Amino acid sequence: MAREIDGYLRSRFLPHIWCPGCGHGIILNAVLRAIARLDLDNDDVCVVSGIGCASRAPGYIDFNTVHTTHGRAIAFATGIKIAKPDLHVIVLTGDGDASAIGGNHLIHAARRNMGITVVCMNNSIYGMTSGQYSPMTPSGRYATTAPYGNIERNFDLCELVRACGANYVARATTAHARQLSTYIEHAIETPGFAFVEAPTQCPTYFGRKNKMGGPVEMIEWFKKNSVTMAAAAKLDPAELAGKIVIGELYRGNAPEYTELYAKVMERAKEAAGK
Amino acid sequence: MPDKCNTGVRLLQGNESCAEAALLAGVRFFAGYPITPSTEIAEILSERLPQVGGKFIQMEDEIASMAAIVGASLAGLKVMTATSGPGFSLKQENIGFASFTEVPCVVVNVQRTGPSTGLPTSPAQGDLQQARWGTHGDHPIVALYPSSVSETFDLTVKAVSISERLRVPVILLMDEVIAHMRERVVIPCASDVVAENRPRPQMPPAEYLPYLADPDGVPPMADFGSGYRWHVTGLYHDETGFPTSSPAKVDYLIRRLHAKVESRVKEITFTASEFIDDAKTAVVACGFTARSARCAVRVARERGIKAGIFQPKTIWPFPDALIEDIASRVDRIIVPEMNMGQLVREVQRASNGKCEVVGYSRVDGEPIAPEEILARIEGV
Ligand SMILES: Cc1ncc(C[n+]2csc(CCOP(=O)(O)OP(=O)(O)O)c2C)c(N)n1
Ligand code: SF4
Repeated sequence: MAREIDGYLRSRFLPHIWCPGCGHGIILNAVLRAIARLDLDNDDVCVVSGIGCASRAPGYIDFNTVHTTHGRAIAFATGIKIAKPDLHVIVLTGDGDASAIGGNHLIHAARRNMGITVVCMNNSIYGMTSGQYSPMTPSGRYATTAPYGNIERNFDLCELVRACGANYVARATTAHARQLSTYIEHAIETPGFAFVEAPTQCPTYFGRKNKMGGPVEMIEWFKKNSVTMAAAAKLDPAELAGKIVIGELYRGNAPEYTELYAKVMERAKEAAGK
Repeated sequence: MPDKCNTGVRLLQGNESCAEAALLAGVRFFAGYPITPSTEIAEILSERLPQVGGKFIQMEDEIASMAAIVGASLAGLKVMTATSGPGFSLKQENIGFASFTEVPCVVVNVQRTGPSTGLPTSPAQGDLQQARWGTHGDHPIVALYPSSVSETFDLTVKAVSISERLRVPVILLMDEVIAHMRERVVIPCASDVVAENRPRPQMPPAEYLPYLADPDGVPPMADFGSGYRWHVTGLYHDETGFPTSSPAKVDYLIRRLHAKVESRVKEITFTASEFIDDAKTAVVACGFTARSARCAVRVARERGIKAGIFQPKTIWPFPDALIEDIASRVDRIIVPEMNMGQLVREVQRASNGKCEVVGYSRVDGEPIAPEEILARIEGV
């Protein structure tokens, strides 16, 4: 029997600060359901975030939680994981946090196969600073700092971390809350670096700037524009353009960093003993 | 025990001395990024830490290194990072985070010339003020500054102790000349090194308020994963650890953070002096420059000049009271330093107009020689 998620909430801090219709709450719910299904004890989980709307999530949940500096969550999480490899270390981060200022930490944690789970709450915009474009804003979309339309191309973050060596990569939008939660559950179970991208709606800035309607319309948009991996395989590149591919995109089984380091410690002790 | 095999009389570089002292003080995690002239500290600890059950990681940059040590400290380890010049600049935002969230950590900065890339392997003392004011906001900080390889050993142990005891980041400022010079150091047995630990909560987890300070101003700190659950944020927070914008609580927090350091100024101020009691001319110098000054003062005394030297080893908080006392007894204070005048500024401020204070700057990447200081003592 899975636990109730209420036991993981700091309910005295609710209601949260997110705008009505913001997708961050759906993602946080998916995270807690995953932790509940895994029946994890509050003390065995540590949640780390950077700065941004997404990064306010740890304040509402009853684990050891750290709200760090913008972009640096994964680097803080790395220190925690190395110090206490038995902790389930989960990073909740925004797309700007993870891929702009924190892009270097993201790719290196994936390359090291550091045993942490990163959930990227991708609203395609900087919410907290009120609507500037992010490395995840699709070309042609509008933002307060892209008043003539964004000319930059956005990352495929899943492809990026996969190429860097992550052991688990998945994507599901806020329109697919159940899959999202399942993927997060699998991510937490995976030894090694696990990455889940959760495209989400920011009606306040991305939605309004791009005339996408309210949260309901944005979620409808996700439904219409998402394709499963199987369906995506049958589409040609032109048909696939602008679509969100969802599913468990990659699973690997490369050795996890702290396990490898435990071996380093054994070798060092032997060498010192001689 | 492998951590005992380095005990005894050794000929060590300053960087080696720092690394060995860190191990004996109980540092068990180091994250860093290579940069001259600090790199040997990382190299040595990559080899030595896993031998004693500790952990080392070379991160992707200095920002990440600083973040990683704060993370590991939250999880209960004594931690250190080491860097130089540009790397120290990069660490600043997360040093501020550590100071505000009261996470113990030691940051070694083996200084090099600047600004920018400067002369990568030449000495300078240009980061005195950065050590104090590098990060934004009104943060408290402690910085220690050794003048020899053996002082490096002692002050590294003290840096760990102060950091843990007060839950404050401690900067160990070093000079390139000392980092790379070899001198005699007596390394004590592990059991003879007294390094303090952070205060840990005695109450049951349900009653734990992570930022409720003990009467000494320092709140007890629970390790992540130890059954105490708490929230850490760089936002202004109250004793529960959660954000607050109440003006009274904001004001209380920043004042408490300052007071916990200031109230212990005597306890954490380390100095050395020679011939200062009856001096008419005092030289105030730190780091490598204090050695040249000591030599200059001894020669001056042989020549019948009443000169003395005062070396602050604790550079922040600045030993204002001690300097003012000296200023009230001497005619003149000379402040030689390898920068454009960062120490003399403090000495002038602290001496409160009680005597003449003159600076002497050398900024060509070369250390200040005793003769230069002697000339100032004799000349003017
Ligand atoms: C060093 C630094 N630079 C800039 C900022 C300002 N800042 C705060 S949040 C943010 C972007 C947040 O966007 P994202 O990570 O996508 O999260 P969201 O708010 O959209 O959930 C920025 C630029 C900061 N806090 N620190
Ligand atoms: S600004 Fe956007 S991302 Fe931030 S809380 Fe509001 S809807 Fe959510």
